[in-house]
Amino acid sequence: MERLLEVKDLQVSFKTYAGEVKAVRGVSFHVDRGETVAVVGESGCGKSVTMQAIMRLIPMPPGVIKNGTIIFDGKDITKLSEKEMEHIRGSEISMVFQDPMTSLNPTMKVGAQIAEGLIKHQKMHPSKAREKAIEMLKLVGIPNAEKRVDQYPHEFSGGMRQRAMIAIALACNPKLLIADEPTTALDVTIQAQILDLMRDLQKKLNTAIIIITHNLGVVANLAQRVLVMYAGKIIERGSLDEIFYNPRHPYTWGLLMSVPTPELDKNKRLASIDGTPPDLFAPPVGCAFAARCEYAMRICYEKYPEDFPVSDGHSAACWLLHPMAPKVKPPVGKGVTL
Amino acid sequence: MVKYILNRLLVSLITAWVLVTIVFFLVRLLPGDPFLSEKVTPEIKANMMRYYGLDKPIHIQYVTFLQNLLKGDFGYSLRYKNRTVNEVIKQAFPYSADLGIRAVIFATIAGVTLGIIAALNRNRTWDYLAMFIAIVGVSVPSFVIGPLLQYVFATKLNLLPVSQWKGFSYTIMPTFALSLGSLALMARLMRASMLDVVNQDFIKTAKAKGLSPFQIIWKHQVRNAILPVITVLGPVTATLLTGTFVVEQIFAIPGLGKFYVLGIQNLDYSLVLGMTTFYGLFLIAANFVVDIIYGLIDPRIRIAK
Amino acid sequence: MQTSNNAITREMFEHVGKNISQMEAIARPSITYWQDAWRRLKQNKVAMLGLVIIILYTVLAIVGPYMTPYDYRTTNTEEIDQPPSAKHWFGTDTLGRDLWARTWMGARVSLSIGFLAAFLNAVIGVIIGGISGYFGGKVDMVIMRAIDILYAIPYMIIVILMMVVLGQGIMPLVIAMIAVGWLNMARLVRGQILQLKEQEFVLAAKVLGASHARIIFKHLIPNALGVILVNLTMSVPSAIFTEAFLSFIGLGVVPPQSSWGQLAYYGIQSFRVRPYQLFIPAFFISTTMLSLNLLGDGLRDALDPRLRS
Repeated sequence: MERLLEVKDLQVSFKTYAGEVKAVRGVSFHVDRGETVAVVGESGCGKSVTMQAIMRLIPMPPGVIKNGTIIFDGKDITKLSEKEMEHIRGSEISMVFQDPMTSLNPTMKVGAQIAEGLIKHQKMHPSKAREKAIEMLKLVGIPNAEKRVDQYPHEFSGGMRQRAMIAIALACNPKLLIADEPTTALDVTIQAQILDLMRDLQKKLNTAIIIITHNLGVVANLAQRVLVMYAGKIIERGSLDEIFYNPRHPYTWGLLMSVPTPELDKNKRLASIDGTPPDLFAPPVGCAFAARCEYAMRICYEKYPEDFPVSDGHSAACWLLHPMAPKVKPPVGKGVTL
Repeated sequence: MVKYILNRLLVSLITAWVLVTIVFFLVRLLPGDPFLSEKVTPEIKANMMRYYGLDKPIHIQYVTFLQNLLKGDFGYSLRYKNRTVNEVIKQAFPYSADLGIRAVIFATIAGVTLGIIAALNRNRTWDYLAMFIAIVGVSVPSFVIGPLLQYVFATKLNLLPVSQWKGFSYTIMPTFALSLGSLALMARLMRASMLDVVNQDFIKTAKAKGLSPFQIIWKHQVRNAILPVITVLGPVTATLLTGTFVVEQIFAIPGLGKFYVLGIQNLDYSLVLGMTTFYGLFLIAANFVVDIIYGLIDPRIRIAK
Repeated sequence: MQTSNNAITREMFEHVGKNISQMEAIARPSITYWQDAWRRLKQNKVAMLGLVIIILYTVLAIVGPYMTPYDYRTTNTEEIDQPPSAKHWFGTDTLGRDLWARTWMGARVSLSIGFLAAFLNAVIGVIIGGISGYFGGKVDMVIMRAIDILYAIPYMIIVILMMVVLGQGIMPLVIAMIAVGWLNMARLVRGQILQLKEQEFVLAAKVLGASHARIIFKHLIPNALGVILVNLTMSVPSAIFTEAFLSFIGLGVVPPQSSWGQLAYYGIQSFRVRPYQLFIPAFFISTTMLSLNLLGDGLRDALDPRLRS
């Protein structure tokens, strides 16, 4: 498959009065055309910042891209002018945000908000753009689209607003859609509908999707590959099956154990990961997860582990994979069914 | 929308009723009996008796009072012989309204513009300059800025006429002196509102759509930021109208404010209360209009209520 | 990997386990809300300048009248309308009274009316707003409807009406100002309380059997204190302005008592000939209001966590 996006050694920091927060500390990954990649991690792990860097939406200052390249469709996004970037946003890469209640302009008709991008990028006539907006609303499964197009966001329910957000994002048929926790703010029943919708639309339009989430359950039937982020770095990557059935990083184990499953013993508590992520003002020298890791070894506190390959396309940054490390039996993996 | 208008209308009517009731009972609380003081001619006294039905029980007086107001009758002046408050209003209000409307328009346009400039240049020279103007404007009362303007532009520089109301050049200083405080208030509010809106998620959505900064600012930011500013138009109108009391004094404009202050100084309570009622009702009506405008601009209000 | 591998020894793979305490130890040192706010306020030079000016004026209001041998009430027909000089620092008025003495006696009146009215407004507003927000339901509805209606009547109109009825003087001024001046604070406090009482720590206090009074005074008010303080600071200049405005239209304090507004009112009668008679009190009114506004802005920036960056 053809590469659509290639991010190499991306580093993003925020300068605050208390010092520099290293939010993203050297992230590399790629996305192929038409594929779905999930980025998983707790809040504050740098996943949203990475995506905002791809959209060049990081507020600067205080944010600053310290290093790295982002090659999208053959162009290095970090080197484009703001004007050139405008032509990419919304037309080639678009984004769906977490909270549909606040992501739509409350004083503008939904149809007009969909039409805006079309008028800008495809130089569409407003009346034609309105027709296309109706078409998009139908596509994302909003009934009565002809009437809905002239309504305001507050007349839409939460799920419908997120559908409208997806319609805005897909209006110009982008090559890449970044969905930043698109279901977190929704009711559980609506979540499944939105995920189904995204999967269907991806098949129809062949759009590549990066879906950000802190919930591994969300990605189970959507993504082909999974990247696990922790404290500004990718600590494990692999195909969906590899991550679910053969995870290698203790943090990934923790994440998997915190997903409720129907098989879960009622008398057992859902596992959680003790402690909080490290302070990114002064990230630890060694593995950032060591302090929360029950398998931590002395080396974990002293040296950052490099990526150890597990199989083709699957690797994890964990000293447990070093040949000298003691063998540890993962608490999850083969036994987990999802 | 109809429901919303009816709701606002009801609130306005209740407010008006509360106001006139307060006025009615305050008249009865006035120290001594101003209607019977020796300065009042028998002729006026007869008018007063007829107007308020002073010989009748209080609840009859109250009904008479309300009936008079419903007929648009604001009572009598004690000082200006046999003149009704209505006549004073009819003669003087056009000047006050002229000045007031100029000030509202100037304060709104200049204040909003200043606020936008400040917000778009946040923490840079223009922001500091605009906010310095704004905080000085909030802090310097019109009775300070008025004479200061007169001193500089009329007495010293001889650029503008000192006082009176006879043409455009006469309106510049009074309008500026009257509107400065409200202008500053709106500039501060607009700036805060712009900065609040810029952090909202829908601005991120607009950016992610690839809109240009200009489009984002005008179509998304300003339109939403201006809503809270519209809500203060009512209170601002009130401030400006009461501000005319002072500005008209300073610039010798023959408006209502001048009569009002004279009424207070001459202990012409009847005139003062009549005019206060008029002002209060006028401002309640102005508030009602602002509410309707707000409903027209913010779709959430229009349908929610 | 090759190079680093050399340095890696088997001992380094000794199991250590997690170390939550170390993780928490590396967090930044914590400072309390009020310490943080004070640190921010101190950094704000403009707000500190405002604070210094207010303190200076307050001190002068106390000692100023004694710094000159002239009494603020004594008229002197020999020395009327004197411009500022070594003898009369701020000059004299049309009755020959010393304006330095009158200015600082006026400062006593203006400042104490401003602070007293603002403080009383805050107290009434906090109590009524607190009751309305905390108890909610019907009580809240009745109080809020009443406030809405009173709010719709222009503030200045009510104050003028009250002054006409109560007569002139300091107490009538304060009473007129607090008659409806608390509305703003009540609304603000109610909003704060409504937000706060939904939070878990209040629920926790309730579960532990805390009394209403304890919850209100120990949990809710302290958390709303920042907002209350900012609003209080901002309402002092508006009270000072109201006093000046009323004195200016002839409804303020009665001579020989003086206030800044009243001095400005008399100053304006002849300011084109003797500008100092207007501009001296005008300067003090303006700089006081400016200082308080700057201080209020600084406090708001220092106390409002939403604006922190």
